[in-house]
Amino acid sequence: MTGKTGKSVKTAMLALGLLLLTAAGAWSAPPIKIGGLFSITGPASFLGEPERNTAQMVVNEINAAGGIKGRKLQLIAYDTQGDATRAVQAATRLIKEDRVVAIVGPSTTGDTMAVIPLVQRAEIPLVSCAAGIRITEPVKPWVFKTAQNDYLAVQRIYEHLTRKRIKRIALLTVSDSFGSSGREQLKSQAKRYGMEIVSDDTYGPKDTDMTPQLTKIRGGKAQALICWGTNPGPALIARNAKQLGVKLPLYMSHGVSSKKFIDLAGGAAEGIILPSGRVLVADLLPKSDKQKKALLSFVRDYQKHFRAEGDHFGGHAWDAVMLLKGAIERGGDSPAAIRNQLEKTRNFAGIGGIFSYSPTDHSGLTKDAFVMLEVRGKDWALLK
Amino acid sequence: MAHQILQYMLSGLSTGAIYSLIGIGFAIIYNSTGIINFAQGEFVMLGGMLTYVFLALFDFPLPAAMGLAVVLTTAVGVVFERLAIRPLRNATPLSLVIITIGGSILIRGIAMLQFGKDTHAIPAFSSNEPLTLAGATVLPQHLWILGITLCIIAVNRFFFFHTINGKAMRACSHNRRAASLVGIGVKRMVLISFAISSAMGSVAGIITAPLTMTSYDVGIMLGLKGFCAAIIGGMSSGIGTVFGGLLLGVLESLGAGLISSGYKDAIAFIILLLILFIRPQGLFRKAETERV
Repeated sequence: MTGKTGKSVKTAMLALGLLLLTAAGAWSAPPIKIGGLFSITGPASFLGEPERNTAQMVVNEINAAGGIKGRKLQLIAYDTQGDATRAVQAATRLIKEDRVVAIVGPSTTGDTMAVIPLVQRAEIPLVSCAAGIRITEPVKPWVFKTAQNDYLAVQRIYEHLTRKRIKRIALLTVSDSFGSSGREQLKSQAKRYGMEIVSDDTYGPKDTDMTPQLTKIRGGKAQALICWGTNPGPALIARNAKQLGVKLPLYMSHGVSSKKFIDLAGGAAEGIILPSGRVLVADLLPKSDKQKKALLSFVRDYQKHFRAEGDHFGGHAWDAVMLLKGAIERGGDSPAAIRNQLEKTRNFAGIGGIFSYSPTDHSGLTKDAFVMLEVRGKDWALLK
Repeated sequence: MAHQILQYMLSGLSTGAIYSLIGIGFAIIYNSTGIINFAQGEFVMLGGMLTYVFLALFDFPLPAAMGLAVVLTTAVGVVFERLAIRPLRNATPLSLVIITIGGSILIRGIAMLQFGKDTHAIPAFSSNEPLTLAGATVLPQHLWILGITLCIIAVNRFFFFHTINGKAMRACSHNRRAASLVGIGVKRMVLISFAISSAMGSVAGIITAPLTMTSYDVGIMLGLKGFCAAIIGGMSSGIGTVFGGLLLGVLESLGAGLISSGYKDAIAFIILLLILFIRPQGLFRKAETERV
């Protein structure tokens, strides 16, 4: 009897000891801290909010699955409000006080350019979620990005036009940083594809009537119209074009690749063609598509947690956190090791595309990051 | 080319009609209180946004949603006058103007928090099929805008010239002190002027929303353009401002089409500055002489 009791006590003690040991193990390994800089409020909140949501969601999932080599990941995210000064303050805090090993974000090109000198000096790897080409050209050792470059979208559009034997195009771009960057790329690459730009007009981000510009384009010699902007401008242009009976094929940028655009433009959206990341059409992709698995899991998870459709912007943060995870798994959690491993990332199938970084390329994507979509029956259809 | 010019003119007239409507709202309040109400644009925004809210969230039919939006916006205008303008009757016009700017920021902020930052479309009043007019095209909604604007201006004129309240308001605008001496309730007139302007603003917001869509921040630009129209019209609550608005709309449209689309807004503000420098009394008004 006593022996039996003794045995069970021993087992219990052993179990308790083991439990304490593992618990102690968990306590002794501090979490790996990564920083986040997102424009959660302010004019660019449409970027920062889904990015913050997604980054936190991915970190939680990684931790629920046991963390990275048994160590938890901790995200410390600050709001930059789309303001470069705040971005710099927040970045300083992340580096000096929170002592993070890497930073995800910021959301906008302006914020990113402002914090670059800081991370370069502190030698902390930064994976930006902004699209501006200046972020990674020229290459800065500690700076990477996940958003697709505008010129990749331009290449896609020009290829599509070439296949349709269209040579003369009209541009209508919004007069903000997104539009002017697109306009620059459209103009600089036109020659390579043999495109002739017959008219080059702009509109203000708050304009409510684009019929004057479209009237001019209608009277010109263009065979297609390319419009570069973010909602709601392009939706108005689609409506105005329909009103004026503009028969030209209408191309838009990836700036409007969301369901919202179809809602706003209504019937006028039919037949509009645009380049887009694959998130929108995750379920339409062929099984052979390498990104399909990541895309479906992102879309499903985002839907589950936030009751909203996962979009490109959230995708940029998803990619950034997953790229960091991969780098930490391979090389450990020192900033220098993370940087080196990030640069060695090859063929990582994420949300924005398939990333292959190299010492001369820190944006990592090719034009295959975009697919061409057409609006058909109030939904997206995948074009070959 | 002639087709194009006609198209520019038509586009300009329909945007101009809206500027007129907003401009008259500015003028009515200016004439009864001597202040420029920079919250006028927010009434325009509220008209469109509230219509959307009633349509989309409460599933009201379009006419009911529009009616409710006008009533609610008018209520906001009245409350604004009661809480922000009336308690400070002895303040200088400058501080009152600053208060209206504060009020506009407050209204915009509340709208952003309540309705979100998205842009919304509301359906057109009748069909969406464009009509062809001598080579230029207009939407039925453009005709609605022109028609409703004309109606409102006519009603407005009737009110100011043929009803006792309207005449009393005109009396206030000429000389507030004299008006109060003959027994006109000046405070009540100020309240009525806010009610009328906010109602007109909301109508402007509603009739444009199917064309231009609406969001919490559309009031800023539309408010400024309406202000330009009122300045061109010499702050008259009648035909001067109507002309001012139409002129502004047409010049903007012609400028964008013939010169460069980048200068569209610049044109409006250059006109505003020129008028303020050269003819501060407006294009259509004789300079007032101070009688001693």
